[in-house]
Amino acid sequence: MSPLDETTDAVVATGVGKVFPAGNVTALEGVDLVVRSGEFVSLIGPSGCGKSTLLRLIADLDAPTSGTLTVFGKSAEKARIDQDYGIAFQQAGLLPWRTVSANIELPLELHGVGKAARKQRSAELLSLVGLTDFADRFPDQLSGGMQQRIAIARALAEQPSLLLMDEPFGALDEMTRERMQTELSNICAETGAAVVFVTHSIPEAVFLSDRVVVMSPRPGRIETVLSMDLGSASERAESLREDTAFFEMVTAVREALHQGAPARGVDDR
Amino acid sequence: MNGPASSAALRIGAPVALGVVVLVAWQLLVTLAGIDDYLLPSPLSIVEQMIEFWPALIAAIASTGLNALIGLVVGSIVGIAAALVASLSRFFDQLTAPIVAALAVVPIVALAPVLNTMFGADSEVGRRTMAGLAVFVPVFINTLRGLQQTRPVHRDLMRAYAATRPQTLRVLTLPAARGYIFTGIRIASSLAVISALVAEYFGGPRGGLGSLISTSASTSAYARAWAYVVGGIVLGLIFFLVTAALERLASPMSRSLTVTGRSK
Repeated sequence: MSPLDETTDAVVATGVGKVFPAGNVTALEGVDLVVRSGEFVSLIGPSGCGKSTLLRLIADLDAPTSGTLTVFGKSAEKARIDQDYGIAFQQAGLLPWRTVSANIELPLELHGVGKAARKQRSAELLSLVGLTDFADRFPDQLSGGMQQRIAIARALAEQPSLLLMDEPFGALDEMTRERMQTELSNICAETGAAVVFVTHSIPEAVFLSDRVVVMSPRPGRIETVLSMDLGSASERAESLREDTAFFEMVTAVREALHQGAPARGVDDR
Repeated sequence: MNGPASSAALRIGAPVALGVVVLVAWQLLVTLAGIDDYLLPSPLSIVEQMIEFWPALIAAIASTGLNALIGLVVGSIVGIAAALVASLSRFFDQLTAPIVAALAVVPIVALAPVLNTMFGADSEVGRRTMAGLAVFVPVFINTLRGLQQTRPVHRDLMRAYAATRPQTLRVLTLPAARGYIFTGIRIASSLAVISALVAEYFGGPRGGLGSLISTSASTSAYARAWAYVVGGIVLGLIFFLVTAALERLASPMSRSLTVTGRSK
């Protein structure tokens, strides 16, 4: 929403750590990461490696216990209050008593956007995710994949310069999942937003990302960062999934994962 | 034969048919076996009394109904308001928990003689207070539970949107509680009628269903007493059906499902 300098990095984490007081669990330790403006970065790693925790810190849903974290050059809290990011979770998290369009309009409504402007924006977003015919339905009448598309449309409602996504396709079947990945790739090319994307799936991370951050558990830290030289988001199509370069990257990420702690909980699909 | 129309006919028709069979059997039993009126009056004699005392019956339903309605409205408002405060303040919640638990186990009817004395023999206030107290408990308990039904993902979302507390209450907490609140009111509606009616057994102004049932029974007008009992059943049904209809109206999902159901 706010006019941002193209050169400002979306996320800068320096020595970020998070210790949960309950049981004194160190979820993250010494994380250094820069997500540049417009860049698609995936966080991948086994369960317990702190990838969701890192995302929640960036979103200011939790506070780090050490290190510094800035989002577009300001504190994570300021960025949240300024609504610099849009967010989507593994659960679509739609409000069941609101229609599809009212769900998409929720952030706009909370931030005082007028009714006509809201209506127009939700119509745009519904056509972007291909669900125009379902505007007046309720979430329970939609499939899981459709609900997740609505949740992504809602995350895009305020044209954020940063999208935070916590395994948004985790609960979907493989077919729907691949279609959603292609769709997300197109949406990113269109909006130019930076994305921090948490996932369990190696092919998903490779297909979508400019860079893949491989994390390892206990304590959660960054193992290595791999650049995917597979072209820009707009050039990525279904055919990429059968490309040799794609397979090479999948292998590279898998090997990086296995160099760390045993890669339990990561699926190779 | 398996269409929605025939299933609706069956759903309504079957209980009605059963009711008719029971009434006819009752009438035959009383007539053929020559059962005395004070043991069990026949349905026809009850209907006769209902027609004969029609204006008094309607006035009695209105009088008891008004007490129950006032108790239901005031008890619900106070119950919802108290639950809201309790959900926002842990201190208030802990403060009120024992009082609510005490209210929940007291048979409200037991308070009737005390309240009647407290507010005076010519006042309806004691009866309305009883109805209100009976309503307060289920509405408070259900509302408080309902206000705790928000899911973590929705709370995260509200925080991500930097929503203020009043905004969160309006778009998330209250709508999530809606079903629970209306269930509480629906349960309370029957309690309101029962309390308002039973309160009349313990003295106070005449003319309501409860006082007319006890007067009729004590003057050996058994069929008339039963006629007023029927009035009580009708009143209870009206309260139940109206609150059930309100519950349906208040849920946007069920409204839309009915619409799509009809269009198919």
